Amino acid sequence: MDYSTLLQILDSTLRLATPLLLACLAGLYSERAGVFDIGLEGKMLTAAMCAGAVAFYTGNAWIGALAGIAGSMIFALIHGVTSITFRGNQLIAGVALNFLASGMTVLVAQSLFGQGGRTPPLEGGARFNPIDLPIADALKDVPVLGPFYHEVISGHSILVYAAFAIVALTWWVLYRTRYGLRLRAVGENPAAVDTAGVSVKGLRFSAVMVTGVLCGLAGAYMATALQAGFGKEMTAGRGYIALAALIFAKWRPVQAMYACLLFGFFQALALRPDVVESVVQFKVPVPFLDALPYILTVIVLAGFIGKAIPPRAGGEPYVKER
Amino acid sequence: MDRLPRWADVALVPLVSLTLAAIISALVIIAIGQDPWEAITVMVQGSVMNAYGWGYTLYYATSFIFTGLAVTVAFHAGLFNIGGEGQAQLGGLGVALAVLFIPWPHWTIALLAAACGAALFGAAWAAIPAYLQAKRGSHIVITTIMFNYIAASLMIFMLVDVLRPPGKMDPATDNFPPTAHLPSFNEIPGLNLIFTSGVPANVTFFIALAMAVVVWLLLWRTRLGYQIRAFGKSEPAARYAGINPTRIIMIAMLISGGLAGLMAINNVMGEAERLLGNSASGAGFIGIAVALMGRNHPVGVVLAALLFGFLFQGGAELGLWTKIPIELRTVVQGLVILFTGALDMMVRMLLTRIFALFRTSKLEAA
Repeated sequence: MDYSTLLQILDSTLRLATPLLLACLAGLYSERAGVFDIGLEGKMLTAAMCAGAVAFYTGNAWIGALAGIAGSMIFALIHGVTSITFRGNQLIAGVALNFLASGMTVLVAQSLFGQGGRTPPLEGGARFNPIDLPIADALKDVPVLGPFYHEVISGHSILVYAAFAIVALTWWVLYRTRYGLRLRAVGENPAAVDTAGVSVKGLRFSAVMVTGVLCGLAGAYMATALQAGFGKEMTAGRGYIALAALIFAKWRPVQAMYACLLFGFFQALALRPDVVESVVQFKVPVPFLDALPYILTVIVLAGFIGKAIPPRAGGEPYVKER
Repeated sequence: MDRLPRWADVALVPLVSLTLAAIISALVIIAIGQDPWEAITVMVQGSVMNAYGWGYTLYYATSFIFTGLAVTVAFHAGLFNIGGEGQAQLGGLGVALAVLFIPWPHWTIALLAAACGAALFGAAWAAIPAYLQAKRGSHIVITTIMFNYIAASLMIFMLVDVLRPPGKMDPATDNFPPTAHLPSFNEIPGLNLIFTSGVPANVTFFIALAMAVVVWLLLWRTRLGYQIRAFGKSEPAARYAGINPTRIIMIAMLISGGLAGLMAINNVMGEAERLLGNSASGAGFIGIAVALMGRNHPVGVVLAALLFGFLFQGGAELGLWTKIPIELRTVVQGLVILFTGALDMMVRMLLTRIFALFRTSKLEAA
């Protein structure tokens, strides 16, 4: 494998890791606050459909993204009402929302566009187009680092850079603000937070809504940046890979970034089986590369590479003492 | 909080949940500019008004009984098995391996072998998540989800690279030998008077009903069943009573996985008669809705499976005859899970209030 092939693979790694990263950070807020969310997939899918449809009508990717966020937040609200207000089973609520999203997106897209559950292809301003970072062209000829900057770092859509900025933001919010401290506390020991006079329900709702916003961005990225329009089941299990990355990272933001980059790298490799074959000198079945993130997650869950311990109050509805 | 009367708990709560799901589905149909009344007419016409429709409804229901029972057994042990889909796919692999290479003399023997293969492979696929839950404390919901995806990849690999006959393009096994053909309803003496044209419903339906009885006996009439239920209600109490948690988790999940795997004798052996990609086609997930709606009781599971069989066949008819996409059934499935599973408490609170209202007015009258 030569240097330019490596750069190509790293370039697609960044593109493929972005939706994982956004969804993973989305899950981080909810789960750190004690609400398990296996409905990331459904929220992303809803957002992708809303973003694709609205971007098509308005021709503006930004308005599309806002619509995606709105759609995803409606699902987040249902999740919140179900699991926080009515103290329902969070896991079952997540499963239900995934099915609801999977069916609703096709129903709506079909009734709007009649193209078999797709939105029409987007072009021009309806998509987030690649942006070139400053002096990328000038540095192109610098050996080794020049092509890396030009090929891998530069030339992505704004949402890719936003995703990585949100990693830093999330770290700062979680570990350096009062809100973050309370968020972490409410996922570990809600009774203590309640005693301190802070609303458990309010905190958890806010976290679930942040999850909605970030899943919205992830879905919008899928439909208006990674691909040109919404397609049936287009998230293809990314919500679950993001969940896997979250566990892999033990619910920490910076590690989540590494995990998503790793899983994005696997996805990029699965697109280039020829390269894998030339490196390891034997034919690796593509399905094995597809399954790698899941296998790794199971190994992590099993505690063979450091133990992944979820927030202690996760999955438990909080009942206020009377 | 006041208690609901038993009949309300058993019958009214699921009925109210179902009605809420139906109302919202109707609103969805109106929202996409279609007619809900037309939709329900087409669904009923195509699934339960003639023998041909019943042949499909019962075929789907058979699969859902298996996966619903699978989720039920795990639920009683306090475990949420989302892995039915993967376990059912592996069950299909077990059927294919049992039937493809050994020339069984008669379909009854072939069925026995296939059922063993299906249950064994399904149980094996549930065994690893079960072991990890019991011994390493890994959350079974997450591991079974992961195993669904690993199963999907494994099946693609098996069908494309291993089991595909040479020279064929589509990722599927060879057709099963004719001696392994299971009689459909139109080939069973007596039933063929009703089912005159070829239908996919086959003898597996009766096996599914028998399994429902077996699961009922197991859970409520054996010591093991008692231990499973006790463990599901309270792990510390069960542990204190000398029940071994590892043993219960393993046994409950093996039974659960085996039941999900058994589904394959219906769809792989009974209908397709070869192993295709994505063989379970979502039935594993529908098991979750079926178990929740059936209140985790075999009788409820059979009834809920029939309802989902109707929904599935009716939904397919919708896709054929109306402008409503077939995906409507996924929406209904999601709504049923949401209302019967996650919003159970809301429905209960609502009903308790109404009952309390009646009670106070009675007291005032007296």
